[in-house]
Amino acid sequence: MLELAAVQGVSTEEQNVDHSPLAIRGLTVSYGQKPAVFSVDMTVQPGAMTAIIGPNGAGKSTILKAALGIVSPLSGQVMVYGQPLDDQRARIAYVPQRASVDWDFPTRVIDVVLMGLSRQLGLLGRVRARHKARAMDCLNRVGMREFADRQIGQLSGGQQQRVFLARALAQDADLYLLDEPFAGVDAATEKAIIAVLKSLKEAGKTVVVVHHDLATVTDYFDHVFLINTRKVAEGPVAQAFTVETLQAAYGGRLATAQIDQISRALG
Amino acid sequence: MSGEEFVPLSLTPLLIGTFAAIACALPGNFLVLRKQALIGDAISHVVLPGIVVAFLLTGAISTWPMMLGAAGAAVVAVVMIEAIRRLGQIEPGAAMGVVFTTMFAGGVLLLEQTDTSTVHLDVEHALYGNLESLIWLDATGWSSLLDVQALAGLPPELPRIALTLTGVILFTWLFWRPLKISTFDEGFARTIGIRTGALGLALVITAAIAAVAAFDAVGSIIVIAMFICPPSAARMMTNRLETQIVWSVIFATVSAVSGYVLAGYGPLWLGAADAVSAAGMIATISGLILALTAALGPCRARTGAPSHA
Repeated sequence: MLELAAVQGVSTEEQNVDHSPLAIRGLTVSYGQKPAVFSVDMTVQPGAMTAIIGPNGAGKSTILKAALGIVSPLSGQVMVYGQPLDDQRARIAYVPQRASVDWDFPTRVIDVVLMGLSRQLGLLGRVRARHKARAMDCLNRVGMREFADRQIGQLSGGQQQRVFLARALAQDADLYLLDEPFAGVDAATEKAIIAVLKSLKEAGKTVVVVHHDLATVTDYFDHVFLINTRKVAEGPVAQAFTVETLQAAYGGRLATAQIDQISRALG
Repeated sequence: MSGEEFVPLSLTPLLIGTFAAIACALPGNFLVLRKQALIGDAISHVVLPGIVVAFLLTGAISTWPMMLGAAGAAVVAVVMIEAIRRLGQIEPGAAMGVVFTTMFAGGVLLLEQTDTSTVHLDVEHALYGNLESLIWLDATGWSSLLDVQALAGLPPELPRIALTLTGVILFTWLFWRPLKISTFDEGFARTIGIRTGALGLALVITAAIAAVAAFDAVGSIIVIAMFICPPSAARMMTNRLETQIVWSVIFATVSAVSGYVLAGYGPLWLGAADAVSAAGMIATISGLILALTAALGPCRARTGAPSHA
């Protein structure tokens, strides 16, 4: 798409920004001296499942956090459905990394899912039966209905991840941003999560996932975004997820065995 | 004990002690969960430069300027702690340590370098307060509660701490949902539009105001104990934040009431002649409650231990 834009001139580029669920231009983020993300452009395709891929410390999570206003960028612009983030917050759902919160927090599974409805509830709105029913429905979609009254610390890692996904479902967004949802989860959870994400895509939603498992990229996603501080490649899996782009992103860190495996997967 | 004796001598200290305990315990619930409970210690140290500056400006020991000075210093301290924590990206405990030691040292320096030798800053008073002296001599019995003339003679600490407690309750009630969400998951809270920085600052400023009001009435021992002990004990009684808040209020009240009564009568029961400090006894009771719940509470867990252990 970007290449197309370059050929057809600026007007297509502007159209892309207006229609993209998430368009990032010239994003630079730094936590200290060294930039975590440098001058990155990203244009998420509507209705697609996009994987953000790159080595450890390449700025994958940082892109999501900057897109959501969790970290402040040094420079750059983030547009959500062609508008500033603050006007479009209701259309975005975010699943943070599981390890980013304290699971000893005194709360139940259902209460975490109800947090997804807090924009609707406002400051003092009471949680009513229909809100509870909606939260239970979301738990059901991730196979966690019977755990509603459990304290969150009593869940396994995979179950915690599914609760986070249920909270995002409760937000009823158009754009879902997930940070490493498959990290350290069991196979059953991975299956359950990918099924939910695919159903979101079928419903016309846009899904962006920070992903670390190169072996499953072709199975799960239709678009990829490769990053190593700077953008390496962006586009449909068939074009952007190649041995060349992977080597460019990972450098010498990719084992030959992995490359062979990916080459075979790519046919 | 009859009303004629209880109302003038014990009712007001009991109420002041209980209100102060609850006003500190309520924000303490969030501070403990945010690993910022040390803020109680920090505030009780940083009020010193505030009080000294207030004295230097007014030249007199009077309550309101001193309280304003203390509150001002506390607010300056929490803003500095938040700023250092966010700009330096370090853990809150380290930021608090830097700020409160520096400000306390500044207060001592100010005290030594200026002509404040006439000021009698009583350490014992600062630590233990003087809860027992907050009596209501105009009262003659329960009927005095309806007597306007007698009510005018109430110790001023009582309406002050009652007003502070009302403010703390209002803040907690109004911002309950964003406070809970941002304490659990700050990143998510920001994505749904909660201004977590401003809310965190509002929480520590509320805690600072509660601490200064309680400090004035009952001394710093209770402040430090009540920020930590009732909420921590309450956490081990339940796995729900809503229930935890209720338990913390119960524990704060039980500590205040039984601590006051035991300080007054306990030594007599044991055959000793004098009463002991009520503030010290209240803090001791809250510590005992914490020890009991840590040993027997239904919802305690060893954080960091393997979940299957």
